[in-house]
Amino acid sequence: MTAAETNGPLLEVQGLAMHFPVTEGIVLTRKVGEVRAVDGVDFTIGRGETLGLVGESGCGKTTTGRCILRLEQPTAGRILFDGRDIGGLKGAELVSLRRRMQVVFQDPYSSLNPRMKVGDIVAEPIKVHGVEVDAHRRRRRVDELLSMCGLDPKFADRYPHEMSGGQRQRVGIARALALEPEFIVCDEAVSALDVSIQAQVINLLEDLRERLGLTYLFIAHDLSVVRHLCQRVAVMYLGRIVEMAASDELFDNPLHPYTQALLAAVPIPDPRIEATRAFRPPRGEVPSPLNPPSGCVFHPRCPVAVEGCKAMRPTLREVRTGHWVACNEVH
Amino acid sequence: MTVITPGPAAAAIAVDPQTWRQRTWAGSVLDFCRRKPLGAFGLAVVLVICLAGGAADWLAPFDPEENDFSAMMQAPNWLHLLGTDQFGRDIFSRLVFGARTAMIVGFGAAIGGGMIGLVLGVTSAYFGGWIDLVFQRVLDVLMAFPLIILALAVVSVFGTGVFNVIIAITIPLIPRCGRVVRSSALAVREIPYIDAARALGFGHARIVLRHMIPNVLAPFLILLSAFVGQAILAEASLSYLGLGVQEPVPAWGLMLQGSAEDYATTAPWIAIFPGLAIVITVLGFSLFGDALRDAIDPKLRNR
Repeated sequence: MTAAETNGPLLEVQGLAMHFPVTEGIVLTRKVGEVRAVDGVDFTIGRGETLGLVGESGCGKTTTGRCILRLEQPTAGRILFDGRDIGGLKGAELVSLRRRMQVVFQDPYSSLNPRMKVGDIVAEPIKVHGVEVDAHRRRRRVDELLSMCGLDPKFADRYPHEMSGGQRQRVGIARALALEPEFIVCDEAVSALDVSIQAQVINLLEDLRERLGLTYLFIAHDLSVVRHLCQRVAVMYLGRIVEMAASDELFDNPLHPYTQALLAAVPIPDPRIEATRAFRPPRGEVPSPLNPPSGCVFHPRCPVAVEGCKAMRPTLREVRTGHWVACNEVH
Repeated sequence: MTVITPGPAAAAIAVDPQTWRQRTWAGSVLDFCRRKPLGAFGLAVVLVICLAGGAADWLAPFDPEENDFSAMMQAPNWLHLLGTDQFGRDIFSRLVFGARTAMIVGFGAAIGGGMIGLVLGVTSAYFGGWIDLVFQRVLDVLMAFPLIILALAVVSVFGTGVFNVIIAITIPLIPRCGRVVRSSALAVREIPYIDAARALGFGHARIVLRHMIPNVLAPFLILLSAFVGQAILAEASLSYLGLGVQEPVPAWGLMLQGSAEDYATTAPWIAIFPGLAIVITVLGFSLFGDALRDAIDPKLRNR
């Protein structure tokens, strides 16, 4: 391994685009349009770092995660994992990549196979990848993983429907850890949980990050959770990253008008302050990704838009050290 | 303004999912019988026929293939409960052994066709794209033929006999099962645990066999119970047409065939009892399958 490989970022996404074709006809299909779920996204994640990816539903953050995991084949762009392009990997190489990157899903009810016992769910990847061939030792490893995720090993004999949402999410995390990955995509991993359980699962993820040296891509829409857990945050809007900065910098000093609107929409848990606050939500609705606006995709809703925004698509520029913004009106 | 307090009714609702889960097997069967009396009748018929077929050696008073020329065309009496045919064979014994033939063909064809249809349907849904398109068009072609016509075509190629009849009925059942299973599997494919399995690097065979098939088994089992009835009817039709099970093997359709027609006025019991056996058995399986579908489908459960 060269020095560049060990010191470079663990994950590098360059110009990632995922356009889903919209077709007509059954046998003779004809493309009538495309949904631009992800439309030119660049970011890097360093080793041991947690990058938050936030945005409204439908902005392409989950699709970005799925492309990185190779669950979707992106339309364009490169994804470099540990300095290596993973776009064309097949067969055994793809399988060995899968051992290094894992995923925790949003819904703990549908992400576990209801016909399998918890112990088998966690043991299956260990068995399939031949990590532990001996059944007895594998069972011990499963117990270890479950207790690492804060579950009593006796849960191994239960079915998912016999457990609560928080417990199931811990099973999902244990399954993701079974292959000892370096990188985990947490796709809204705590969004479906109660607030008290959310805190427990976030603490668990933090704890595991420190103990196992994990790197996370944390996809979420809850900004307070992201601020707590992530070192850096990227804000997505309609398939593009509009702003990316260190967590505190982004929350204290948002530069993009969309980020400002998003942060202003976070309710303050004090009715008196909340009543006096001058919050103006952005005008209108999120435009359809089937037919995104020209130029800057945010211009129809933007409070600071000028005529030029309709024509020129802004690129992500480093406005301050480590603070990237895609807006022509920010200087 | 009414203040909604969690009363006993609310508590009962909150507890219900738990008790539903903990209900025992026997409890579920009793509940099924209470809610679906016709289904319970179907279940009873299914059990009686299975028992008759399984214990035919002990239940039948005579050898079903043995001719007794001293007792030809006897009307039902205490020795021959349902009478004898023109060769002096005991009709009750032949019916009981015919139940065995019907069960072998019915279950054999239903399970065979069902299993192949299950694997094809789930595979087709899992891969999608052009594989799905080709599979579905092939199944469309098979579906275009009525069950009995396709079975006749297969028998005319492979020949008659119990085993060939099973194959002949299996083939038309494959697309009928594959179609239904595929639609369930299409829904299962979109559930995140399938994505999780892919992200874990599992092979296609493992995902189809371990993660998808177990989750489409409920509609599949219902389908299977209806298929047994259809297969028994198809077997009887083929045997009646002389292209199914061959003499002297006892089979219901065969008992209706040939000389039974000639004696319809003089010895009607030769034709009536096997006809009744076919009607009741097929009706039993159909009623049971329908009731099972209603009982398992949550949308219909409370009707």
